[in-house]
Order: sequence, then structure tokens, then C-alpha cells
Amino acid sequence: MEVEPLVIDAKGMHYTPLNKMIRAAVASGVKEIVLNNVLGQRFIGNGLRGDAKIIINGVPGGDLGMFMSGPECEIFGDAEHAPGNTMDKGSLIIHGSAGDAVAHSMRGGKVFVEGNIGYRGGIHMKEYEDKRPILAVGGTSHAFLGEYMAGGLILVLGIGHEPAVRDRGIGSGIHGGEIVIRGDVNDKLLGVGATKVLFTEDDLERLAPVIEEFCERFDLDSSSFLDTNYSRIIPSSSRPFAGKYTWD
Amino acid sequence: MCGIIGVIDRTMARMDGSSIKKALGLMDERGSGEGAGYVAYGIYPDYPDCYAIHVFFDNLLEPKSDVDKILQKWGRIVHQEEIPTYEQPGLKKEHIPWRYFFKPYTDLMVGTTNPDDDNVKRLVMTINSNVEGALVFSSGINLGVFKASGWPEDVANFYRIEDYKGYIWLAHNRYPTNTAGWWGGAHPFNLLDWSVVHNGEITSYGTNRRYVESNGYKCTMSTDTEVVAYLFDFLGRRHGLPSDMIVEALAPPFWDEIDEMPEKQEEFMRTLRLTYGPALMNGPFAIVVATKDGIVGFTDRIKLRPLVVGENGARLYISSEEAAIRVMDPEVEKIYMPRAGEPVIGSVVE
Repeated sequence: MEVEPLVIDAKGMHYTPLNKMIRAAVASGVKEIVLNNVLGQRFIGNGLRGDAKIIINGVPGGDLGMFMSGPECEIFGDAEHAPGNTMDKGSLIIHGSAGDAVAHSMRGGKVFVEGNIGYRGGIHMKEYEDKRPILAVGGTSHAFLGEYMAGGLILVLGIGHEPAVRDRGIGSGIHGGEIVIRGDVNDKLLGVGATKVLFTEDDLERLAPVIEEFCERFDLDSSSFLDTNYSRIIPSSSRPFAGKYTWD
Repeated sequence: MCGIIGVIDRTMARMDGSSIKKALGLMDERGSGEGAGYVAYGIYPDYPDCYAIHVFFDNLLEPKSDVDKILQKWGRIVHQEEIPTYEQPGLKKEHIPWRYFFKPYTDLMVGTTNPDDDNVKRLVMTINSNVEGALVFSSGINLGVFKASGWPEDVANFYRIEDYKGYIWLAHNRYPTNTAGWWGGAHPFNLLDWSVVHNGEITSYGTNRRYVESNGYKCTMSTDTEVVAYLFDFLGRRHGLPSDMIVEALAPPFWDEIDEMPEKQEEFMRTLRLTYGPALMNGPFAIVVATKDGIVGFTDRIKLRPLVVGENGARLYISSEEAAIRVMDPEVEKIYMPRAGEPVIGSVVE
């Protein structure tokens, strides 16, 4: 039996009853939820499991999709701080920009941001075996992108920005994963422990599906992003801070 | 964590306090119910040339007679009254908010280019460090701070801030971390024309405090933000630096950035950093400062606290969260995030 989408008018609603309604709906088998007039409600979709789709019209509050494992949230508006915080599986598709600490400690799934992200995007992102989170950004990023990054992929296309990123501290403290930025990245923008390596044909082949999916979600022509140069930023060694607190 | 929001109407059209109350209430999670406050500019048009001195009294006997005596010695009390308050179930009235409209005697101060301001500044310092049971928390012309320990909505309703109309508003929701929450520790902090709201902490407080105290200020409110108000008064009013230059002194570019500047600018920044070394603020912060001429917002140089800017015609908004701006102004046109350390300035258009 087909279950009707649930439409909720969130205008003026506190996040607690809103999130309770979402959880109850998903538990009862609802597969699609539409939230209208969202403005500042925090923690939407937190810890939610399964394969529901949530459409959010408005600007959701901080920690959107935190600990979420499975569902997809598509946001028609900007997001605040830390969307995808410690997210495990599923996706956030943001048709707008996002605040600081996007994909904070993310451990799996995808966060796609059409516009720009704030400071410390992808901070503490991690990976384990087949769990490899992806943060992809259409616009630019502010400083400390991929700070303390331990795994996963950050992709910045920098549409409308030349260079794609001009803020400092990229990959500051990175010890796993990779940061891929369209065009060249000035060496002085690299953070401590980060190094820039050649972006190869193999890399492009590996990332093409991500680029194509991103472009499809936001109705962009992927060809120009499959025929351009990227910079790849990775940890300068497997343990760049081994000597930080101890001596040889 | 704290929540801040500020707005200016650059044409000086006045807004009542109802919308900023809603905006601050949206950020309840950024506070802990131990402090909230508001400041508005342009609220006392009936006393356009009087200093509006807001005082918390523990009682209206000894502390008040002491304050009356000090004020009457140094100037004339044009009018005084209890600030109207309205009981709220969630807010405990711990002090009696009182206001004086005060004109200092100009000829009592010498050796200064602005004797009235220096007179009032001295009175504020004297009362706050010497009169037990009295705390001046607002001392500017045609502006007023309204604050208490409580949640944003309760504090707003306690003072009925919707009854006040101002062309600049700042608001703050406090989550005290390093010092206890109390009425005097709620934001905004004000001295004369300067009002400050701040999210974060000033880890250089000790150095900054020694610096302002060696220049005639006294820190009496047991919390770091107070020092920011005095730094702005010292650099802005006494030394005459414009707002953007004060921000450059308090949150200067890194040395490696200064090294790469064109020669003249490099020399200037180097001099500014060296001259105002003890004013440099360290630690995580997002701050909005207001004067009668405008507002300026800025963050620490590595952006450890959020700050979002919105614009709609004559109105400029600066806030911890975008949704708070949209609550105040659903029609807001442009939303963006300023770069770390770079001042965002909204000035009154004459």
C-alpha cells in the first residue's frame, strides 16, 4: 500500500514537537515528509534511520541530520551550523549555503551544498572500511577546510570563485582522507600537516561519479568539471603529528 | 556559547523591541536562562541632551541616597524614576532598575576635550567600585540597556521592550561559562555611547584589563566582556580611532599577512599592532558594538564563533544565526558570512 507523504507546516513550531512528529511518521512507515515554513528549528532528522525522504522548505537550525543513518533530506534554503554532524548514512542535499562546521565528524553518507560553506567544513571527518563520507561544495569554503580530517572526501568546485578557495588553513591537522579543490591552490593556504599532490587521471576517474551526481542534483553541466584541473590535498605522512607530544 | 543579534536602520527609522525579542527567543538554546538583555538607541527623545543613567539598586535607601548625592555633586538630575517592570513567573527580581536623566556640570572637568563624557565616565567608575548595592549598567545619551538574569522572552517581557522604539538594537542571550550568571553580568555592556554584546570568551582578559585599568577604567562586573566596552571607549573616544581601525587593533591580521601588505599599509599595521599590543584580544569571540552613529560586528581572527550578516534596504542585521535575522525580517534580501577579523560596519546616513 502506498503511504501518502506527510506535510507539516512548521511555522512557529519548536523543534521538539516537530522532531517527534517526524520520528512517529517514519516509525509508522511514511516514506516522504514535506516540512514547510521551517525557520531555525534545530536537530531535524537527528538519529533518524531508514530510507525516508524529507523535504525541508526554509532555513533549518543547527545540527541538521546529526547521527542520521539512512534518510535523505533535501533542503530548499540555507542551513546553519554543522549540518551532517556525525552523520552515519544517507544524504543532505542543500540548495543554498551552510554555516560553520559543515559535516562535523561525519562518518558516512553525503552532504552536498550548492552554495558556500563557512569555516571548518569537514572538521574531524573520518572513515572506516566501506564507510567513506563525502562533503561536496558548489561554491567556496572559508578557512580551516578539513581541519583535523581523518578520512573521507571533501570536494570544492568553487563555481563563480577564482581561485576556488582563498582562505587559509586548508587541511590543518589532517591525518587521513583527501581534499580536492578545483584549480590551483596556493601553497601558503595549506595548513600544518597538509601537502598538495598531483591530481591524476586515476583520481579524476575515481571522483567522476561524485562530480556527476553533484551536478545532476543541482542541474549543472558536469562536462566542464570533468575536463579541468584539480588540486589534491592529503596528509603529509600517515602520522604527521607523531612527534607533537612525545620525543623520539 | 551565547546568542547575539544586532540591527541598525541607517535612516534612523525607529523599530520597537518586539521583533528582536522574537529573534533572540529563537536562539534560546544558545543561553541557559541566566542572563539576557537588550540595548536600544533613540529611545529617549524627550531627553535628547541628558545622560540616561540606568542603575540596579539592591534597595532604595542607602545605595540610592549615596548615588543621588554623587550625581547632585557633579551635575543636575533633570528627572528620575523607577524603570517600569512587569512581574514574570520565570524571573526573580533581584534588583530595582532605576533611571536618572542627568546633565553633568561641564566646568568641573579640566584637561579633556569632552568634559561631559569624562565626568560621567568617572561617576560610573566611582559608583560601581564604591557604592555597595548600586551598579550603573547604562550611561549613554538617548539610549538604554535593559537586562536581567533570565530567558530572552522573560527579560523582554519584564521590561516590556516593545514599548521602546530605537533605530539601533542589540540583544544577547547568555550562557555563562567562566563566571556566575547575575544581573550585572548579563549583556549588553555599556559605557557612555558604547554598547557591546559578545559571544565567546576573551582569554586575554588579564592583559586587556591591566591595560584599561592603567588608563583610568575599573572592571567591576566579574566578566570579560566589560573590558571590550572600555577598550572601545579608550581607543574610540579618547584616542579618536574610527571603528574599523579599532577592530584592526583589537583583532589585527596575522604577522605573515602583514608581511605581505603593500609597504605603507604594512608599516601602518605594524605600528598599530605594536602601539596597541595590550589591547589585542585573544580567544574565541563574535562581537557587535553599537554607538549612536552605527554598529560594527567582528569575530576573532580564526573565526571560532559564528556571525552572519543580512541586509534589506536601510537595515543591516548581524547575528549568530541566519534564522534569527529571518525572524526579524522575512524579506531580508542579502545574507552572507563575513571573513574572520573583518569588521562589518553599518553607519547612520545623515
